[in-house]
Amino acid sequence: MSIDTETARKVAHLARIEVEPEALPPLADALSHILAFMEQLNEVDIEGVEPMSSVTPMALKQRKDEVTDGNYQEKILANAPDSREGFFAVPKVVE
Amino acid sequence: MTDLSKLTIASARDAMRAGDITAVELTDQYLGAIEDSSALNAYSTNTPEIARTQAAAADARITAGDAPDMCGIPLGIKDLFCTKGVQTQAASHILDGFKPEYESTITSQLFDAGAVMLGKLNMDEFAMGSSNETSFYGPVVSPWRRGNDTAELTPGGSSGGSAAAVSADLCLGATGTDTGGSIRQPAAFTGIVGVKPTYGRCSRWGVVAFASSLDQAGPMVKTVRDSAIMLEAMAGHDPKDSTSADIKVPNFEAALTGDIRGKKIGIPKEYRIDGMPEEIEALWHEGAEKLKAAGAEIVDITLPHTKYALPAYYVIAPAEASSNLSRYDGVKYGHRANIKAGEGITEMYERTRAEGFGDEVQRRVMIGAYVLSAGFYDAYYIRAQKVRTLIKQDFEKVFADGIDQILTPATPSAAFGLGEMADADPIKMYLNDVFTVTVNLAGLPGVSVPAGLDSGGLPLGLQLIGQPWGEADMLNTAYALEQASGFDAKPARWW
Repeated sequence: MSIDTETARKVAHLARIEVEPEALPPLADALSHILAFMEQLNEVDIEGVEPMSSVTPMALKQRKDEVTDGNYQEKILANAPDSREGFFAVPKVVE
Repeated sequence: MTDLSKLTIASARDAMRAGDITAVELTDQYLGAIEDSSALNAYSTNTPEIARTQAAAADARITAGDAPDMCGIPLGIKDLFCTKGVQTQAASHILDGFKPEYESTITSQLFDAGAVMLGKLNMDEFAMGSSNETSFYGPVVSPWRRGNDTAELTPGGSSGGSAAAVSADLCLGATGTDTGGSIRQPAAFTGIVGVKPTYGRCSRWGVVAFASSLDQAGPMVKTVRDSAIMLEAMAGHDPKDSTSADIKVPNFEAALTGDIRGKKIGIPKEYRIDGMPEEIEALWHEGAEKLKAAGAEIVDITLPHTKYALPAYYVIAPAEASSNLSRYDGVKYGHRANIKAGEGITEMYERTRAEGFGDEVQRRVMIGAYVLSAGFYDAYYIRAQKVRTLIKQDFEKVFADGIDQILTPATPSAAFGLGEMADADPIKMYLNDVFTVTVNLAGLPGVSVPAGLDSGGLPLGLQLIGQPWGEADMLNTAYALEQASGFDAKPARWW
């Protein structure tokens, strides 16, 4: 499976990473090369094999559905690049 | 002054309890050694004030006679562990200036046990790399050199700062994390012991996530005994990590009898790979002979899907990384890019991530986004998860046949030069993990034990792979191997 420049552009956008147009062809090559390495997986007979969902099978613990944590707005905002009036501040999202 | 090159966690513990040395004296000596070590770039942040406060508290506990084993032991902490109020950046530009408001469970446990934090340790960005060259802080330089050659070598990665710091006596032990080999490969490159525990043995809470189904923290230390002591302090169930196992933590140190008579040690034929140096093949053979001489039975085994572990890993780990790293968006913490007039939040996200993530991280996040995208999910991700099941079954079969541990080389080569792989394609770098990555995919414990030097005078390691939750037995075999190998080489000080 080879990745063309247009697919590389889409993947970069899916990953929310800005890539300059002139950087797309080498990116497409790099991604194609890694995907070619993964093609080896097609040699494996996976008929009837379950995909792994948990490496150490264990029942997830349950607890009472109650609030155990919270009430530290200041701590949550302490590392924000921009916060105002107790909220994270971001560029305008709606006109 | 104590000779730090001879000191271990076990001997420091005993010396402090006997009153021969105090935690404050020891800490000051390490802080001095760190100050003189800037050429290695092992520490990314020094925390002398925290260290001295913790050391004084440790001395009080030791005097009072209620000191746990790790009390007063000076440690380095990998930059991947959140440490309250102390810069934690995962060696990434995108987490510039991040100071967590909380402490990771593992560092909490270590500090509760009286351990002392000397500082934070350099690493590959978000633990993605095998040479420490992806760090935003710049690469760590190994204290080891090839004879009189002054070329700078890699300490390995991603826990390269941890490995260099332990090897150069800049701490008695360090925390590491291992997603595909990031504890064991640098341990092997620097002649130290590194343990990747069973998945779920140590809490991942507060450890910056890379690939959540593979990540596991562990100790990096000078001896197998030290690894047993430090692992016990790090391990245990944590209600804040639903994947941490509610299984009693054994006294790992007490398991170190060195008696391995009757143990069955498997030698997997698939780990003989093309292009592997003869020295490593010979070291592996000698390791098996030593275990045999100690009374173990050596058994040839097969792990038929080994070849597919690396490609499966490079689907699964980037997929999980692309999901985990989606939180770095310039809103909650760290770096935020400037946007121009007329641009909006999407440009802010995309530019922040372009500026904040290095090349290798970007590459993996994009590969992850691709293999999870509509139309490719089944072909790549689900297929890789099925292959992962087969890899785990390979191990289950040999353990069911009575194999206690598996012996393999830790790495396919000794340490290479910084910059040596700069023009190589990424897959060549990925091959560093060829012997270690299977263990993460199967959730098993593994330990790298220093076993000898190559012809250039660089350390080589052997890996033992244990049964799930079988760290105690695995470390005992590692202890027997360590005793038989008698490895005591240290890097000649040049920094």
